[in-house]
Amino acid sequence: MHYIIVGAGPSGVIACETIRKMDQDAQISLVTGQIEPPYSRMAIPYFLEEKITQSGTYLRHDANYFSNNNIDIVSQLVTKVDTAQNNIVLANNETMAYDKLLIATGASAISPPIAGIDSCNVHNCWTLEDARNIADKAVSGSSVVLMGAGFIGCIILQSLLKRGVKLTVVEMGDRMVPRMMDDTAGGLLKSWCESKGITILTSQQVTAINETNNSDHALNVELKDAESLAADLVICATGVKSNITFLENSGIAVDQGIIVNEFLQTNIDNVYASGDVAQALDFSDQTKHVQAIQPTAVEHGRIAAINMVNDNKNIHQGSINMNILDTMGLISTSFGQWMGVPGGEQSILLDKDNYRYLNIQFKDDCLVGISSLGHTQHIGVVRGLIRGKVKLGIWKDRLMENPSRLMEAYLATSLSQV
Amino acid sequence: MEKSLVINPDKCTGCLQCELACSYENEGVFNPSKSRIKVFTFHQEGRFVPYTCTQCSDAWCQQACPVDAISLNPITGAKVVNDNNCVGCKVCTISCPFGTINYNHSTGKVIKCDLCDGDPKCVSACPTQAITYVDADQTGMEKMRQWATQTDNSPSTNA
Repeated sequence: MHYIIVGAGPSGVIACETIRKMDQDAQISLVTGQIEPPYSRMAIPYFLEEKITQSGTYLRHDANYFSNNNIDIVSQLVTKVDTAQNNIVLANNETMAYDKLLIATGASAISPPIAGIDSCNVHNCWTLEDARNIADKAVSGSSVVLMGAGFIGCIILQSLLKRGVKLTVVEMGDRMVPRMMDDTAGGLLKSWCESKGITILTSQQVTAINETNNSDHALNVELKDAESLAADLVICATGVKSNITFLENSGIAVDQGIIVNEFLQTNIDNVYASGDVAQALDFSDQTKHVQAIQPTAVEHGRIAAINMVNDNKNIHQGSINMNILDTMGLISTSFGQWMGVPGGEQSILLDKDNYRYLNIQFKDDCLVGISSLGHTQHIGVVRGLIRGKVKLGIWKDRLMENPSRLMEAYLATSLSQV
Repeated sequence: MEKSLVINPDKCTGCLQCELACSYENEGVFNPSKSRIKVFTFHQEGRFVPYTCTQCSDAWCQQACPVDAISLNPITGAKVVNDNNCVGCKVCTISCPFGTINYNHSTGKVIKCDLCDGDPKCVSACPTQAITYVDADQTGMEKMRQWATQTDNSPSTNA
């Protein structure tokens, strides 16, 4: 049996490992368009901060790991999938035949269509190559404009400050990290960033980026409703989209990503998809989204692999959308339906002076989501409580009074320890 | 025979010797907030519940780690954090549905129970045998693992 896994991010690598554990004799090929060994985007902020070298971002640290596990790495971009012939076409025009195929090609950074976005001093922050370019130009004393205060933008703030740059963040939304924080949390995060010397412009937009002849600053960044900014480097962190263009005419059904069923299987029987490229079931609302987060990528990779080997024995019940973000020491999280649900109830703890916030959301007597600032201990039980649809009983009232007793609620209800 | 920690809350008096022993063994300080085992207090029920990692077999923390920083100690079965590889991204802390891997602000890395290389200090510190370290098949560990499977709803890939 020849398994081809396209894409060497966390999802693809976990899938290879899972297949290998289950089938010692399988032929496994991991096809990647990257020049580097399989690496993790989650580690890029720490590379930018110079806490680790490039090899510190690698998904597996033993240089012989893949060969020792009899996983063939093929370093070629895939240009086409021929589902009628069961083969893939590589950039060098060679073809490879598969019995089962997993597409885990991830996502790519997108850039807004504004004048000057292609300038050589404008970079995304998504790949290791992007990180190397940013590291070259974000030097002490330089002026940097960061477009986008989403997850990616916020997670690199500390690295940029440590490099000694003067930083301005421009965010279109009315608050920071609008996709994982409400007004209260987003507002607190903004004042936290400002207290660290970062200029944050929300409800603001970059309208053009002009190259200048000015020897001080290479770029002039025009804003919609404010005076333009001089900059040496613009970092564009405005979002990502699934890598699906190579699937045109393949017959594989796509929408925002590749549409998969409860087995992570596409509309073609022997083709599966996982991770940032898969539009798969969300646990909370039971509709299909591209979540594009690390825990979901590895969960998908594992379940898809089990189903590829075991002929669909493992039903994916949906992944919980969740994030943890460290913005210069202020740690925030969000899980599930943190924004609340119709007919639901919420319990809130707020200590503005100490930047602590906990907002937990219920539907009946089950936890369905939380968002937090400054709460990190035992935070994983939120996943356990949401995923287990644990009936909280009297603990719901106790959590309504004091939401910080999540761990106690878990011990009492899930593990019957009380 | 692999051994595992067995916790019997009925015997716990809430003295917190386990937390002190753990933090001293692993962090060199007597600071319960740095302990990998935590005793939870239930005032209304008059009950203390010590709690730590059960070293689950398909470890969520290990799978979620993006930089290969959590590995299996083949002798003890513990999932162990390698500080040299951990970058402090905290993805494991939201992935573990048991809440037993935590971020340590002072080191910028995560910490979890590693069974002290087969000689857990919480066990020797416990004056009432509320925490014991015994052969795995005698323990409630199987129950815990079954619960872990329920939340995952997946057959083990080790099967």
